[in-house]
Amino acid sequence: MSTVPPGVTRATLIKDLRLEWRSKDAINSMLFFALLVVVVFSFSFDPDAEESRQIAGGLVWVAFLFASVVALNQTWARELRNAVMDAYRVSPAPANSLFLAKAVGNFIFVCILEALMTPLFIIFYKLRALGPAWQLIPVALLGTWALVVNGTFFAAMSLRTRSREIMLPLLLFPISIPAILAMVNATTVILLGGEGPDTSAKFWIVLLGAYDVVFTTGCLLLFETVLNAE
Amino acid sequence: MKRIFPILAIVTAALLSYGLYAAMVIAPRELTMGDVQRIFYYHVPSAWTAFLLFFLNFVASIQYLVRPKPFADRLAKWVAVFIGVACCIGAFVFPLPEGVEPGSVATTGIAITAIYFVIRKFFSEQGTDALAVTTAEVGVVFCTVVLVTGPLWARPVWGIWWTWDVRLTSTLVLWLIYVSYLMLRRFSSSGQTPVLAAALAVFGLLDVPLVYFSIWIFRTQHPQPVIGGGGSIDPIMLRVLLINWLAFLCFAFLVCWSRYRLEMMKREVEEAQAMEGLLEPGGVR
Amino acid sequence: MNFLYAAYAATWIIHIGYLTTLVRRYARLKKEVDEMRRPGRG
Repeated sequence: MSTVPPGVTRATLIKDLRLEWRSKDAINSMLFFALLVVVVFSFSFDPDAEESRQIAGGLVWVAFLFASVVALNQTWARELRNAVMDAYRVSPAPANSLFLAKAVGNFIFVCILEALMTPLFIIFYKLRALGPAWQLIPVALLGTWALVVNGTFFAAMSLRTRSREIMLPLLLFPISIPAILAMVNATTVILLGGEGPDTSAKFWIVLLGAYDVVFTTGCLLLFETVLNAE
Repeated sequence: MKRIFPILAIVTAALLSYGLYAAMVIAPRELTMGDVQRIFYYHVPSAWTAFLLFFLNFVASIQYLVRPKPFADRLAKWVAVFIGVACCIGAFVFPLPEGVEPGSVATTGIAITAIYFVIRKFFSEQGTDALAVTTAEVGVVFCTVVLVTGPLWARPVWGIWWTWDVRLTSTLVLWLIYVSYLMLRRFSSSGQTPVLAAALAVFGLLDVPLVYFSIWIFRTQHPQPVIGGGGSIDPIMLRVLLINWLAFLCFAFLVCWSRYRLEMMKREVEEAQAMEGLLEPGGVR
Repeated sequence: MNFLYAAYAATWIIHIGYLTTLVRRYARLKKEVDEMRRPGRG
């Protein structure tokens, strides 16, 4: 397994971020998409503050999940357009640095999206966390990483498939089920505070951590094989 | 080799018929659930068969991925041996959870190691990939049976079609993962398919224990009806169950064999077509 | 009781359905092989 020189990873990451910032097309469409998702969900489910606390955990993460998929689909599309993949394959840089750069870039991107969507959700659903709200941060970070690391991997995998855009969610969702379960339960527990049957989100956070470790390792081990298979 | 097939087919048909008869007639009527409980004799063997098939797919996928790389290949072999040895020793040294026999743990461990090496010996690299496709497809078929018979059993007994209990949910997730596996195989062009699919299969099977564990923890905090119950089983019922399992195993074997032959034939045809395309002067058909 | 019969029937419908797809795929392949083998083709 190749080691990951931080220099190459950083360089790729910075390149991606800079490209994204300059083009702004992905950012703008994602922002608008995020807003639309929150609004549509609010129309569909219009609960009062009490009920909303119970379902908000699930709703929020489903919305994030869909937003991430849209973002992830963009990731490799640009690379393909400019035949950058072949350049990467030929270069001496290890495949893992490419993967990490992409994954971290996506992670930052999706986190920004979440940061933008969350206040909207709070407003529309009149949310207020009864439990320790700071715990939502590790849940969000670990959960987002879980989605993004697998999403980046599967996006690479579905590159040369027909119906590429639909393949990503088809592959990603089943595998992510334990992570989603953990995220939703953790969020619900935190929102409900001591009211619900569970009193601590700690178990779910640990599970998310374990999930992240297992699948990040798996992705790093297998990415080179996947890249060279194209 | 080819002559075994019809003989085995007849034996399987006989076993299946006897199994059906045993399930309907020989097995005693269950006290609380009534005759509906007899679904159990089809539901459980299908589940065990499906899990076995998916496990075979996992082994085949791993082999496909590691065989080209000598270091990974050797490592995988040692892991397989280690699992067998660890199960044998661990079964008798460590305290086991309730209801689990040390003998079965040891046998499972040895079986895992044996399966790994048998597949390695008898399947070429191409063959390993064909085996992966075969077991995935037939596994999905059996898993579908499990997911259909499960609710049909649950509804009259517990009044609900579905519940998110550990076993049902894990089976559903497993089914979803393998359906997505089959879709990946169908949608990607033939060059990289085997490798990508193998990677997905490995991921998938890493996922399932996590699913099982997380839902188990979740459900012990929120008790829900557990489909299929635990506890001891009447000896006659056990016998009927095992007969049906044996019958379905033979059936699965035959189906897999057919599917495997179909797959190999398909690859030969594709190869021949590709060769023709290359050799034919003036272009491709 | 009906559920019992439905379950058993469903099981076999699923299995036979799958076997039917296998048979059909085999027939299609066979046809392709025959077409390739036909002398004087192309």
